Amino acid sequence: MLDVAKIKEDFPIFQRIIKGKNLIYLDSAATTQKPKQVIEAISNYYKYNNANVHRGAYTLSEESTAMYENARQIAAEFINASSSRSIVFTRNATEAINLVANAWGLEYFKPNDEILLTQMEHHSNLIPWQLIAKKTGAKLKFIYLDQNGKLDLRDINDKINKNTKFVSLVQISNSLGTINPVKYIIKLAHTYNVPIMIDATQSVPHTNVDVQELDCDFLVFSGHKMLGPTGIGVLYGKEDFLDKMPPYMGGGEMINEVHLDWADYRSIPWKFEAGTPNISGAIGLAAAIKYINSIGKKNIEQHEKTLTKFAIEELTKIDGVEIYGPLDDRGPLVAFNIKNVHPHDVSTILDEFGVAIRAGHHCTQPIMQWLNVPATVRASFYIYNSLDDIDVLIRGIKKTKEIFASVS
Amino acid sequence: MSVEDLYSEIVLEHYKEPHNVGEIEYPEIFAKGFNESCGDDIKIFAKVKNNIIEDIKFLGKGCAISQSSASMMTDLIKGKTLDEVKEFIKNFNKKITGEEEFPENSEEWFELSALKGVIKFPIRVKCASLAWHTLSQGIKDFENKQKK
Repeated sequence: MLDVAKIKEDFPIFQRIIKGKNLIYLDSAATTQKPKQVIEAISNYYKYNNANVHRGAYTLSEESTAMYENARQIAAEFINASSSRSIVFTRNATEAINLVANAWGLEYFKPNDEILLTQMEHHSNLIPWQLIAKKTGAKLKFIYLDQNGKLDLRDINDKINKNTKFVSLVQISNSLGTINPVKYIIKLAHTYNVPIMIDATQSVPHTNVDVQELDCDFLVFSGHKMLGPTGIGVLYGKEDFLDKMPPYMGGGEMINEVHLDWADYRSIPWKFEAGTPNISGAIGLAAAIKYINSIGKKNIEQHEKTLTKFAIEELTKIDGVEIYGPLDDRGPLVAFNIKNVHPHDVSTILDEFGVAIRAGHHCTQPIMQWLNVPATVRASFYIYNSLDDIDVLIRGIKKTKEIFASVS
Repeated sequence: MSVEDLYSEIVLEHYKEPHNVGEIEYPEIFAKGFNESCGDDIKIFAKVKNNIIEDIKFLGKGCAISQSSASMMTDLIKGKTLDEVKEFIKNFNKKITGEEEFPENSEEWFELSALKGVIKFPIRVKCASLAWHTLSQGIKDFENKQKK
């Protein structure tokens, strides 16, 4: 296991006392806490290097441009992209998905073309496609879940065919923790010559993701779910795929030559970065990647596996607790409910123990409909969580059951 | 104020067996409410005759706070005129947000004051007021239709 006490020293927020208790943060799937290395990288940039990028020939502008482009290189290496030209900085994974849905979809989809998604997508990988389907006349198809909350592999074979024009799916479900066999699905999509995008928001922070090994055409993730600041995300696209897409937004930064009635655009990736970008965000993301690399993805994965296994074992022991999603081979999060107690009430009581935990639909309302529950409680783990945190969680759940004893 | 006070016996009783649950056919007032942050929803149906709420029912999914609040609200407004109900909603909102104290020694407010623990949990005020906001919207829609 990782040396959690030592790691926590890097995270100023763990000095906070919540309701008289030490903070136990179990909502990293929503957003992670930030180490001082990230916070300082951002504040140092503003203190010493701040200037707009890609313009001006003065020292500060050269520095900020170099830092911004270096962050792009670091992000590329992090997912083993062959070139930083494949890395487009966006606001978050949601914006990256919208970029592809619009730039690719509006250019290439025709009426009755099929866009293949899954039943477990986050709203961010569903709504953009609903909007594009409405605009282009394309149809949405879904790979459904089996009873364990895994993708029904037989259903994939039925749904992918010559009408399929795009596939987009999540690598690790943020509600169920399911790890999807994306490599297999990418291969399958390519046998039909269909472009495929992977939502790696819940996988990139926790496990090794290698875009060349996966051979996906697009991949997206958010900085704030991996120790970085909010407002910075990454779209990876194979260079020839990015080249084939028209710009998504227009403005400064993305042009070479501008006349009143026409303009010539810059090459990728800048073609997709209209306006002054989130420079400090990219620099903060680069610092986050360095921090994650210093701990090592293998160690992170091992640590989280131990936490998740322990959480599931302990939750299973409590009468009336129902766990959702596959019990083995899952991402570092556990969604559950306590019989006859609404998740919101669980969350309020756990807050009294200093435990920050998510209650809600996790932006996956179709999964809630599939589970036939209005919402769930979700504990999600990262490098600063320990087995002790889970002990407190379990104590809080037992207390919740006590308070609600008259109801069950 | 501890978390146990938030979940008082009265709140838990109403949560366990909420009053006035169901639908009303051809209601004069109908409104749907939704709490995006937790996914709770509620539908309110009411019969209005001579400006008086003769009957009211609700269907909802949600937490102990939102469900008990809806149960108590529907108990209390039956038989009131629309103007009285509007005034009552206004008063409830002032109390649940901590702007005014819950009245003591008032029969009408006795059960509702079990919700006063919510004031200390600002994020839960939305839960407690979901039914009230929804009814308020329903009355507005009803009155707008009457005007036409």
